[in-house]
Amino acid sequence: MAFVNITSPHVVGHNSVTLMMGKVCLALVPALVALTYFFGWGYVINAVLAVSAAVFFEVIITLLRKRPILFAIKDLSAVTTALLLALAVPPFLPWWATIIGIFFAIVFIKHLFGGLGHNPFNPAMAAYALLLISFPLQMTTTWSIALTETQSLLSFGDTLTAIFKSSNIDSYTGATVLDVYKHNVAALTQNEITQNPIFGSFVANGWEWVSLMYLLGGVFLIWQKVITWHTPVSVLGGLLIMSVLFSYDADTSTSISLHFLAGSTMLGAFFIATDPVSSATSNLGKLYYGVGIGVLIYVFRTWGPNPDGFAFAVLLMNFCAPFIDHYTRPRTYGQDKATRGYKA
Amino acid sequence: MVAEYLTLLVSIILVNNFVLVQFLGLCPFMGVSNKLETAIGMGLATTFVLTLSSVLAYLVYNWLLVPLGLEFLQTISFILVIAVVVQFTEMVVKKTSPLLYRVLGIFLPLITTNCAVLGVALLNVKNNHSFIQSFLYGFGGAIGFSLVLILFSAMRERINQADVPKPFKGSAIGMITAGIMALAFLGFSGLVPA
Repeated sequence: MAFVNITSPHVVGHNSVTLMMGKVCLALVPALVALTYFFGWGYVINAVLAVSAAVFFEVIITLLRKRPILFAIKDLSAVTTALLLALAVPPFLPWWATIIGIFFAIVFIKHLFGGLGHNPFNPAMAAYALLLISFPLQMTTTWSIALTETQSLLSFGDTLTAIFKSSNIDSYTGATVLDVYKHNVAALTQNEITQNPIFGSFVANGWEWVSLMYLLGGVFLIWQKVITWHTPVSVLGGLLIMSVLFSYDADTSTSISLHFLAGSTMLGAFFIATDPVSSATSNLGKLYYGVGIGVLIYVFRTWGPNPDGFAFAVLLMNFCAPFIDHYTRPRTYGQDKATRGYKA
Repeated sequence: MVAEYLTLLVSIILVNNFVLVQFLGLCPFMGVSNKLETAIGMGLATTFVLTLSSVLAYLVYNWLLVPLGLEFLQTISFILVIAVVVQFTEMVVKKTSPLLYRVLGIFLPLITTNCAVLGVALLNVKNNHSFIQSFLYGFGGAIGFSLVLILFSAMRERINQADVPKPFKGSAIGMITAGIMALAFLGFSGLVPA
């Protein structure tokens, strides 16, 4: 009886970058559906626009760098970046702003630093920060008002016109809930502010469902072991600590529920902060990194000029991540103590 | 009173960071940031010089130049004060840590020409800072400088391993990184009233 000689390894792992990025994109789908339901077609159009632009720029830059093109496209990292940016920016953002953001993300943030796996900053958030600084008007006035009994949504065709020709759609756009709350909290109490129809009956009309969909996607990613629990839990923990300390009174500052269920908290905690390239690597490092983001989001939202500061919080912690890694190296096998810091 | 000083510290460390917002002290920022170890040494040395020279420049200006009516000599006298403090620091570093002295090399005497050091002295005069404010301004500025220098050097160690396209290797990608960091620091703007 002859045995077939097979060399090791006998168990082949089936994980790949493509699979991982694919799962991230899949986990974003419920949120995209919820966003489209509550805020109209803008998100879908932005997503399609951003993904095609990202693939286009990825092809161009890999051509310039003389790298295999198909290899760069098929890992889906450009698609993931584009999707994240499209979900983070306002739905009626003019088309050229989206293109500029994607160009910056793919060419400057990703490929100038050496492509996927080398970028020290999160491409989607760096692009978001760039857009917010460069085009503050377009980035704050093109948010869609959520669907209610009295408020209808723009049709698909009108949304296209709004994005590509910047037609007047004032009756469909408005400030975000975080913005409204922040600017009225000095004069009004919580009850008075939430009379505004954009807050709906629960927390923030539409946004709470979108946030729950992000949460759902995030739990899916943890279940699939694409991300670990450390980063999202510490981001939310950092935000919780800060909001319990400073926002316990919803009549004087943005309420805790709004901090968690409005804006980009859930998107950021589960999809952006967990970026395996630009975040800290060790589990302990991820905890520091996440808490830093959570605290900074609160600081930017409460004391900064912008209603939401997730992009800046993530960029600043990206900036700290290599330093955190230096001081949070795990113990290597066979050693009694971990070697940490620069003296190693 | 305490809140006012705290605001000044936050302002100079984060909101008006010397390197990333006011673009002062860029030469050591780009020059000594290739290794974390030297960056920490440089950060400590600059913190010492900046704090001491900020205080001394205040004393020289308010106790010497103003009574004599020689305010127009401020730039020259500040440079003199700074040069003295740097010489002193150089001697201290040489005696206490010869290794660091060798590693820092030319950049140690070059603290004299670090525009952040002269910048602090001149900004103190311009903003009519009191003695304690001058001290905090110098100290906070130095902390902000060291903070971004150390974080930047840790990041550059990582970037130097990366597959950066050839035209962007070295200082070029360092400049781009610094630009993105300045973008991130813009998030702090408006955090404290100007």
